[in-house]
Amino acid sequence: MFCYTLRRFEQKAALLNMDPAEIKTLIENGLVGAQVSVFSEDNTHYAALIICADFAGKRPIARHQMIYQCLGQRMGNEIHAMSIRAHTAEEWQELQSAADG
Amino acid sequence: MNVNEKIKDQLEKNPVLLYMKGTPDFPQCGFSGQTVAALKSVGRPFAYVNIFEDPEIREGLKVYSNWPTFPQLYVNGELIGGADIVVEMFHSGELKSLLVDDEVAAESD
Repeated sequence: MFCYTLRRFEQKAALLNMDPAEIKTLIENGLVGAQVSVFSEDNTHYAALIICADFAGKRPIARHQMIYQCLGQRMGNEIHAMSIRAHTAEEWQELQSAADG
Repeated sequence: MNVNEKIKDQLEKNPVLLYMKGTPDFPQCGFSGQTVAALKSVGRPFAYVNIFEDPEIREGLKVYSNWPTFPQLYVNGELIGGADIVVEMFHSGELKSLLVDDEVAAESD
């Protein structure tokens, strides 16, 4: 029964699927000056990296909520799931150099 | 009891509460599974609600928390985040300090 529901849901999601470029535009429109990259292999599950100065001083949960705000009802519907990394430019640079080092 | 009161009641009774898809032993979504794994690694017992078993809670929570997806982890009634945030906090050690070292652990004993 559950598998059936899940399969139906996935079929529905596949019909409504979104281009990552569309998601990128929505986030860029909502967060002024943000640098956004969105990836997806199946146009249902996404991974997004967002670099934005407005994230400074905000906890991760507040950052994610800012991004969800840009996507409105699409989140949890057309966008079944999206993994989010939200950083300021300074944090991202630090993370990059830590990874390189 | 309306759905908001039901959510508040659940949060009041359970200091560490995970709203998830499936159960800790049989998560029905990769993100819920990752979150359970992080919580289990930290070793702090937690309560859970399988949102597939309660569609009303599932829809109500999205509004209650202004958070559209699951899992959602709450500590002392406050939304901590979804899988990305919980896994990130696990790696940084914040999850352990929040759940094990801080007063959350003491309060619930």
